[in-house]
Amino acid sequence: MTLDLLLQEGCQLPANVPARQVPVDAAQWIANAQRLHDQGGCLLALWGADDRDRDGVFRVFAAFLLPDQLVVLEHTLAGANPVYPALDPWFPVANRLQRALYDLLGLKADGGDARPWLRHGGWPEYLFPLRREVGATQSYANHPRPYPFVPVQGDGVHEIAVGPVHAGTIEPGHFRFSVVGEKVLRLEARLGYTHKGIAKRFEKLSLQEGHRLAARICGDSTVAFSWAYCAALEAVTEIELPRRAASLRALALERERLANHLGDLGALGNDAGLAFGLMQFASLKERLVRLNQEVFQQRYLFDYVVPGGVAVDPGVRAVRALLDEAAMLELAVPALRAIYENHAGVQDRFRDAGVLSPELARAHGALGLVGRASGVAQDLRVDLPWPPYDRLRPNRALASAGDVAARVQLRFDEVMESLRLCRSLLETLPPGSSQLALPAAESGRLGIGLIEGWRGPVMIALETAADNRVRRCHAHDPSWQNWPLVEYAIIGNIVPDFPLINKSFNLAYSGADG
Amino acid sequence: MTAVAYAWQVGECLLAIALAPLFAGWVGQCRAWLQNRSAPPLWQPYRVLRKLFHKDAALATHASWLFRAAPYVVFSTMVVAAAIIPSVTTDLPLARVADAIALVGVFATGRVFISLAAMDVGTAFGSMGARREMMIGFLAEPALLMVLFCAFMTYGSTALPSVVEGALSQHAVVLHPSLFFAGVAFVMVLLAENARLPVDNPSTHLELTMIHEAMILEYSARHLALLEWASWLKLFNYACIGFALFLPWGIAVHGAGIGLLALAIGALLVKLVIAGAALALFETLSAKLRLFRAPEFLTMAFLFAVLGLLVYLLLGV
Repeated sequence: MTLDLLLQEGCQLPANVPARQVPVDAAQWIANAQRLHDQGGCLLALWGADDRDRDGVFRVFAAFLLPDQLVVLEHTLAGANPVYPALDPWFPVANRLQRALYDLLGLKADGGDARPWLRHGGWPEYLFPLRREVGATQSYANHPRPYPFVPVQGDGVHEIAVGPVHAGTIEPGHFRFSVVGEKVLRLEARLGYTHKGIAKRFEKLSLQEGHRLAARICGDSTVAFSWAYCAALEAVTEIELPRRAASLRALALERERLANHLGDLGALGNDAGLAFGLMQFASLKERLVRLNQEVFQQRYLFDYVVPGGVAVDPGVRAVRALLDEAAMLELAVPALRAIYENHAGVQDRFRDAGVLSPELARAHGALGLVGRASGVAQDLRVDLPWPPYDRLRPNRALASAGDVAARVQLRFDEVMESLRLCRSLLETLPPGSSQLALPAAESGRLGIGLIEGWRGPVMIALETAADNRVRRCHAHDPSWQNWPLVEYAIIGNIVPDFPLINKSFNLAYSGADG
Repeated sequence: MTAVAYAWQVGECLLAIALAPLFAGWVGQCRAWLQNRSAPPLWQPYRVLRKLFHKDAALATHASWLFRAAPYVVFSTMVVAAAIIPSVTTDLPLARVADAIALVGVFATGRVFISLAAMDVGTAFGSMGARREMMIGFLAEPALLMVLFCAFMTYGSTALPSVVEGALSQHAVVLHPSLFFAGVAFVMVLLAENARLPVDNPSTHLELTMIHEAMILEYSARHLALLEWASWLKLFNYACIGFALFLPWGIAVHGAGIGLLALAIGALLVKLVIAGAALALFETLSAKLRLFRAPEFLTMAFLFAVLGLLVYLLLGV
C-alpha cells in the first residue's frame, strides 16, 4: 500500500484540522510507519484504549503529523496478548511513549527500552491503571525502585544527580549528568514525578465538564489544551463554532503565547545574569495578565474556552483596552530586544550555547518553537489553519542556528507576530453570539482537537460514551518530543550552562507527565 | 601602644561587624532601584540574621565536626581580617604584627575551611561549588598579591597602616598611574572574590550555576547566618582594603583624637555609600560570564596589576 493509497484508505476523522483514521494490522502498522517516516511525517502521539468491555480487544493508536493532514493508525490487539510492533526504530520519540503506554495500559511494544517511565512505584507492576477493571480511587503503597540510568565510563567521568527537588520553586524532574570536570558527556532525564492520572480521571467526567480538567493538564498552556478538548468535542457533535467565538479563542491563545514568551524572555535574561531583563519583562507580563483578569475574569485564562464558545464576551471598552495594551507592547518589546541584542555579555552566553542542529531536530521530530528555532518549518497555524487562522494568515517565524540565541530570537519574532494577530483579531471582531449550546454527542465516536499552543502542537483525542460521557480522553503535549532533545543540546556544553539551555526550551513537566 | 589603641582595635572590629550587613543592604537596595523595582529596607540583612539565629539548625546525617566548625572559623577569619585593615585609624596594634601578605593568608584560610566543609557532606553541589571556588581562588590570589605589591613598592612597606600613612603624608595630592592600573585590577579581584557578577551571581536559585551559594546550600539557621555574615564582612573588608590602598583620605593617622576619629567614620560611610552604588551599577549592567571565561577575567586582573608594577618600576611613577 503506498502512501497515497493509505491516505485514501480509512475514514475521515472528526477534527478541527484535516485528519484521517486508518485501521491496520500488525504488518501494515510497521509498513505504514516506515512509509510515513520516509514521507517526512512525524509521530505526534501514541495512546491506547481498553475496549474489552465492548468487543474484547485493546486498541493502540498512533497519530502522525504530515504537512497537510493528521493520520491516525488504529491497530487492534487481542485481549490475551496485547503486543504491538515498536515504532522507535523510525521515530525515536516512540521510546518514551511506548514505555508510558505500557505503564498505564499494559500494551507492550515488541522491542526497545523496557524501563518504566510514568510508574515510579506508586502502583504495583502487575496493575495497569487505565484498564477498565482498575478502580480510580484505589490507593497503593509506594515502593520506589532504583532506576537504571545508562552508565558512562572513562577516566575522570563522574555523575551529578540533580533533582527532583530543586533549589528554586520549579517542577520536579531528575537530571543525571555524566561529566568530566565541567563538560557534559551525557544527560539522561527522568520525568513522570507529576503524573496525576488525568486520563483515568477523564473517564468519570461528562463531555460537558471535561474541558475544565483539560484546562488543568498544563497550567501555562491552559487555553491550548481546553481549546483542543473543545475542538474535539465540537468536531464529534458536528456543530460549527460562531465566528466571534473562534476569534475570541484565538485572541486568548495568542495572549497565552504572549504571556509565556514575555515570561521566558525575562527568565532567559536572568539566567544569563541580567536581572534587569527579568524585572522589565516580568512587569510587562504582569500588566498583561492583569488585563486578562479585567477583561476575561481570569489571569491565566483558565476555563475561558468552553464547549460551544467562550465564557466571557469582552465589550467595546475592553477591546479598546486590549488595543492600547498591544500598542504599549509594540513599543516596549523592541526596546528591550535592542538591549538584549546589543549586550555583549548576554549575547556571549546565548550564542552557540545548547545547539540543536536542524538535522537532529528533523530526525527526532522536534515540534513547535524548539523545532522552528532549528529550521523545522512547522506551525499548525500556518500549515493546517483552523478557523479563525484560515483568514488571519499568520506569518511563520523561523531560525536555523538552533542555539539559545535562536530560541530567544524566535520568541521575540513570535511576540511581535502575536501582537499583530491580536490587533487584527480585535479590529475585525465578527458580530454575533460567542456561545452556542452543544447537542448531545453520539456514543462511541473518536474526535481529535489539534491546536498550536505556545510550545507547539497540543492534541486531545476524545472518545465519547453513552449518556454524553467521556469514554477515553488522551492528551498530548509537545514536550514529549522535545525533552529528549534537551539531552542532545547539552552534550559538549558545560554544567553551569544547563539551566540557561533548559530554560530556552522551557518544556512542561506536568503537561507531559499527565 | 596605649590602651586607647587597643580600645580602637576592638572598636574597629565591632564597627566592621556591625556595618557589614548595612553595606550589603545598601548594595541590595541600589540593585533593586537600578532594576526598576521597589527595594527591600536597608536593614533587611539584619532581619535575615535575626530570622536565621532564631531557627533550629538542621544538619546532614553524615556531617562531621568540620562541617559544624567551618561557619565559626570562616566568621573568625573575617573578623581577624577586619582587625588588620585600617578602615578608620592606622593606630592598630594587630596591623603592626600582621602585614597585608598575612591578610591574604587569612582570607585563604577561610576559603579552605568553607571548601572542605562543602565537600564534607558529600553532595554533588557542595563538591562542585568547592572546586569552582578553588579555581577562582587560586587565580584571584596572585592578582591580589600583585595589586598589594604595587602599593608596597610605592610606599615602601608591606603593612597596610604604613601604606595609608605614606599616602596621607604626601603634602600635595600625587597621582600615581601605577596605582590606577592596580585599582582596576583590584576591583576585578573584589568582584571575583566576593561572588559578585560577572563571575558568580549572588541572587541565583539555579544550583548548577552557583559557586559560593553551592557551597553553603546544606547550611541552615545559625550556621547559615554566620556564613552569610562572613560573606558580607568579606565584601566590607575588601572595600576597606580598596579605600586604604587607593582612597585613604579621612582615615585617622597616629595619635588622632575623638574628633578626627568621628570624621574618619564619616568619611568611611561616604566612601561605602559611593562604592556600594558603583558596585550595584556595575552588577546591573553586566551579565554573568560563562564559567570558563572567569579565568580570562582574572588573568586580565593579574595583567593589570603587573602593568601597574611595571609602570612603577620602569617609569618610577
